[in-house]
Amino acid sequence: MKPSRVLAPAVATVLVLASCGDDDSSSVSQEDAVETYAQGVHASYTASLESATSLDEAIDSFVADPTEETMQTAKDAWLAARDDYGVTEAFRFYGGPIDNEEDGPEGLLNAWPMDEAYIDYVEGNLSAGIVNDPDTYPTIDAALLTDLNEAGGETNISTGWHAIEFLLWGQDLDDDGPGARPASDYVDADNADRRGTYLTEVSDLLLVHLGQLVDAWDPQAGGNYYEEFTTKSSEEALTDIFTGIGELSRGELAGERMNVAYSERSQEDEHSCFADNTTNDIIANATGIQMVLTGEYPGGSDGPSILDLIADTDSDLAEELEAQVSQSVTATTEIPAPFDQHLRDGVPDTDPGRQSILTAITFLEDQTPTIVSAASALGLSINVT
Amino acid sequence: MRPSFASRVALGAVALVAVAACGGGDAVPELLGGDTSRDVADTGSRAFGFPAPTLTNDERRVFEIGDSFFTQNWVTAPASTDARDGLGPMFNAQACASCHLRDGRGTPASTGDGELGLLLRLSIPGESDNGGPNPHPVYGDQLQDRAILGVPVEGELVVTYEDVVGQYGDGTEYVLRAPTYEVEGDFGPLGDDIMVSPRLAPQVIGMGLLEAIPEEMIRAAADPDDTTGNGISGRVNEVWNPATETTELGRFGWKANAATVRAQSADAFRGDMGITSSLAPEESCTSAQPECLDAPNGGEPEVTDSRLGSVTFYTRTLAVPVARGADDADVRRGAELFEVYGCSSCHTPTHQTGPLEEVGIVALSDQTIHPYTDLLLHDMGEGLADGRPDFSASGTEWRTAPLWGLGLLEAVNGELFLLHDGRARTIEEAILWHGGEAAAAMEQFRAADPDDRDALVKFLESR
Repeated sequence: MKPSRVLAPAVATVLVLASCGDDDSSSVSQEDAVETYAQGVHASYTASLESATSLDEAIDSFVADPTEETMQTAKDAWLAARDDYGVTEAFRFYGGPIDNEEDGPEGLLNAWPMDEAYIDYVEGNLSAGIVNDPDTYPTIDAALLTDLNEAGGETNISTGWHAIEFLLWGQDLDDDGPGARPASDYVDADNADRRGTYLTEVSDLLLVHLGQLVDAWDPQAGGNYYEEFTTKSSEEALTDIFTGIGELSRGELAGERMNVAYSERSQEDEHSCFADNTTNDIIANATGIQMVLTGEYPGGSDGPSILDLIADTDSDLAEELEAQVSQSVTATTEIPAPFDQHLRDGVPDTDPGRQSILTAITFLEDQTPTIVSAASALGLSINVT
Repeated sequence: MRPSFASRVALGAVALVAVAACGGGDAVPELLGGDTSRDVADTGSRAFGFPAPTLTNDERRVFEIGDSFFTQNWVTAPASTDARDGLGPMFNAQACASCHLRDGRGTPASTGDGELGLLLRLSIPGESDNGGPNPHPVYGDQLQDRAILGVPVEGELVVTYEDVVGQYGDGTEYVLRAPTYEVEGDFGPLGDDIMVSPRLAPQVIGMGLLEAIPEEMIRAAADPDDTTGNGISGRVNEVWNPATETTELGRFGWKANAATVRAQSADAFRGDMGITSSLAPEESCTSAQPECLDAPNGGEPEVTDSRLGSVTFYTRTLAVPVARGADDADVRRGAELFEVYGCSSCHTPTHQTGPLEEVGIVALSDQTIHPYTDLLLHDMGEGLADGRPDFSASGTEWRTAPLWGLGLLEAVNGELFLLHDGRARTIEEAILWHGGEAAAAMEQFRAADPDDRDALVKFLESR
């Protein structure tokens, strides 16, 4: 990366001269870039809701007729839906609909780690969990799950993506593969019916929460967050946008999700530990950052992207950021799955798998100051961890 | 830990800023945490969550590990995420961040769903083996109002408030709220000799800087017999440090009842979340609580030394926000009054942290800091007294609370809950509760003109 920086000033000079030759009519408006983003957020949550709806249907079919085949179909649907959700995490960290302090559903959708024994049996405690406690919890329904999550004012994590993942895969007790919950858990095991009810209820709740986000960002609805976001000052909106991708890039993705797992070497200290889907989670997060910058949202987009806006002020910086982000995404795709193999004790740091994680961490760390610089180039001051 | 080339350059740049900031005058310093201060303008509720900007990249990665184990929930054992299991069996919170909300303070609001961030220490007369409070034989040393499935909770803390009306010197009325604490215990009566002490989770910024103040400087400021005759007798708390297994100077906690950030963190892990560590290896279950004793644990200990170290590093190096208002006339006037009224006699504005060989972290060493505390115990009067001794602290003594971050608490927490139990809803209320050694300073504030009172509050809000 260093050599390209040496060349950069010359390129920048040329481009600046070229742009000086143009009149202002070519400039990208901040408002248009904000609108592209806001419509893209809506398109992304819509795509997530669609694949989660397919998951919900697959879960209903599975619970109605629990076989290994219907279970596999539900698992495949979860994996597909997970990718669509993962990119939307670039819309967090500025108190928007996903994670505002009043009713943002992030904690209900995606909280981690999973308190498995709060939900169902685990190795070492076969009678654990709400599923196996009909005396205390005679009825499992959406109201109960929501109430339990709010008990004590903090999240008990009995809902969301990872709850569904746990109920489909079970604990990952296999060093080399994902969890292997048998379909018979939903046929003739203890409390099989209650387990099925829990799974369908928690899947329904997922749709409710995703629907809440789709509605909040609906460009046609009016009187919602989309309207607020696209009518407040473009500086404020852009500050939110840059804060979201900047915070995801280093603090959340490189830090919390990758460095902690890499450094702590606790094999299941990874986000999708039951399904062994963590590498895809990581790729989706990195791709979400790229998506916000390039404007290539689900379904495509016509308006100017954030990169177009940056390029309008400093095309060299825009190119550098685009290259760095592209490099990070590529690096995440090169981490061999499953992720947890690289977290085991005894795997040396020189192992290619561990090196691939560290490379991706480093690229994500390195691109974060460039995100901050790009915001500065637009006259914005953003603060990310 | 030697400074890299990059970090030396960075320190140089910060030094220039510091010189510029000094244009505001020494009485209203801006870089409260020295070079570790961070400008958090417009970050709202995230203001306390940033690492010191002078950390190296390797240190940043340790900070991230600490952040993760501080912020994410602990879960019931056994769990797949075996690094994070062992919650309870009884507990007050699932994560450090549940009470230290966004690295800020706990909320004492009684919602009927249990307290988040206000806990109740329990003891009976006498001392424990290490000189600390003597735990209740049935309930232990802290009321735990939550538990994992299948384990009963200890009971519930019920807080009621009664209005206390007073008047400023100009006749303006004010209303304080005086709390009463009751325990609805599920393991039988607590007995007549029970002593309780409510403690609110404080903000966790700048902890490493407080730890880096040389011990001799703290001791030098102590005046237990008030030889200066100013009515103020700062005392050192001498507390048990489980790491060194000796009695040492206490710095942390509302009664300076913990010697180090690490010891404080280990105490909180065990007492608040039921997470054992090498420093606190026993689950907080008593022999009267068989379900608690029989519940599975998450390893021995549940939080490893390495992870405890990372969490400790995290709270040590959370950045202190840069102060605001150095050029504001009211703030400058308030800073003068802070001296004139005698607030600064205990809320000592400035300290110098020790050298690297003592502190161990480059970023925290040799820094001029402005925490506004002497870290000493003072008799704060009957109004605030908990009547529960804690090592050498008496039932009326509290440690001078640091004031940095005060003006951002509302942005971080949404509401203001000040003093050891959060009873004060405004800075004015917090000042008006000051009694005992602080009564004279409080009285000057109470008697002052409204303009002067406002100026003092504006100064405090700028910190």
